[in-house]
Amino acid sequence: MNFTNFGRYILLLKSVFRKPEKLKIYLKEIAKQMDYVGVGSLGLIAIISTFIGAVMTLQIAFQLVSDFIPKTIIGSVNRDSSILELSPTISAIVLAGKIGSAISSEIGSMRVTEQIDALEIMGINAPGYLILPKIISGITMVPMLVIISMFLSISGGYIGGSISGAVTPAEYIQGITTDFNPYTITVALVKAFVFGFIITSVPAYEGFYVRGGALEVSQASTRAVVISCISILVCDYLVTQLLL
Amino acid sequence: MIEIKDIYKSFSGNDVLQGISGKFEEGVTNLIIGGSGSGKTTLLKCMVGLHQPDSGSVLYDGRDFTPMTYEQRIEVRKEIGMLFQGSALFDSMTVEENIMFPLNMFTDQSRKEKLERVDFCLERVNLAGKNKLFPAELSGGMKKRVGIARAISMNPKYLFCDEPNSGLDPKTSIVIDELIKEITEEYKTTTIVVTHDMNSVMGIGDYILFLHEGKKFWEGSNKEIAHTDIQELNDFVFASRFMKAAKDKF
Repeated sequence: MNFTNFGRYILLLKSVFRKPEKLKIYLKEIAKQMDYVGVGSLGLIAIISTFIGAVMTLQIAFQLVSDFIPKTIIGSVNRDSSILELSPTISAIVLAGKIGSAISSEIGSMRVTEQIDALEIMGINAPGYLILPKIISGITMVPMLVIISMFLSISGGYIGGSISGAVTPAEYIQGITTDFNPYTITVALVKAFVFGFIITSVPAYEGFYVRGGALEVSQASTRAVVISCISILVCDYLVTQLLL
Repeated sequence: MIEIKDIYKSFSGNDVLQGISGKFEEGVTNLIIGGSGSGKTTLLKCMVGLHQPDSGSVLYDGRDFTPMTYEQRIEVRKEIGMLFQGSALFDSMTVEENIMFPLNMFTDQSRKEKLERVDFCLERVNLAGKNKLFPAELSGGMKKRVGIARAISMNPKYLFCDEPNSGLDPKTSIVIDELIKEITEEYKTTTIVVTHDMNSVMGIGDYILFLHEGKKFWEGSNKEIAHTDIQELNDFVFASRFMKAAKDKF
């Protein structure tokens, strides 16, 4: 994203946060988007988080070969990695692919078929009507998905460890309950909030300014996912640096 | 009435509109005609504010639209209805929801009143009973008619139509043309139709503004258009074999 694009992105966000024409219609749209972003992504996030947690347990167990390190550490490492990094970041990257591309192609198709022009001619603030509900659903539902992801990732570690015998259930439970710092949850939720904003606003920007036809819409969709993923990783670093 | 004064618009150094002026009266069908790339759609977009002209003004009953703030424009836009070239119906909504959309946004009518208005608009465009269909289930002509129904749902003072006949067979084109003319006369709207369809020109062109390479070359009515000695206009009007044969015969 060069400076011109960044400037246009900021100006678009300014239009997005204008006063809604009719709150009731916006609320209805927000509920629809929350269902799509949150409920619609639950299955995918559940599968990914559970398997990542299980694999993490196996890999940590594989690397901890010393007899001087207690096996309870496997649970601790899995817990902190899941909460601080894997759940927010992996979930956000997966959601950028699923939701980001859908948002970009939906808005892009509306642009090339003049539906956005139609909204503007009617006197409706098109960025507000189309993008604001998506951003609100992103910043509320992504943190919720991340909370679920944390729980499932840690549970996945328990299941993976128990099945493989890499760690006993008792050691794992002891590991995840020892020296828990609740602040890590706060950090993860701040990350999820920022990522939720990125994975809805960046693709919306890419779709909103599409020019051309079907090819350009698909190119914008790809660009939206790539830029979202890079932005997520950069913001991940910045938030971690700031908060830890 | 809509008046445009000395409209200029360029894109990346390419002068698309070069000092276009004209007056579009209410209750008559005003046509902007010209070949592809002559600037007619750009002119229409400048008039409704989708493009900002480089200079010149657009007056809606004396109100200068071009320097207006966002909020002021919204008030004027509530008086505008527009039919788009591709109909621009919202794919995810039914016909009923499409027509009801502006009513939901800008009125406090009850659901019953809004449904009555939807039924009235659909009846007006001869699509009664098609409320629950989605745009994907409609033919090209039906989409245009739903587009017109949506455009008139708010009782607009100004009606814009961008290539209303594109992609339609000649018979359906005439139906759409007649519908636009009837609505214009019935509701006394200021109607502006952008077209290059000669059937529309001859059928409903009460006032015609001819553009060529971004400049206004001629204005007049459909009764006068075939009797001018402007080469560019004659090249446009008699480009089709049918019109040429008709000219040779009479």
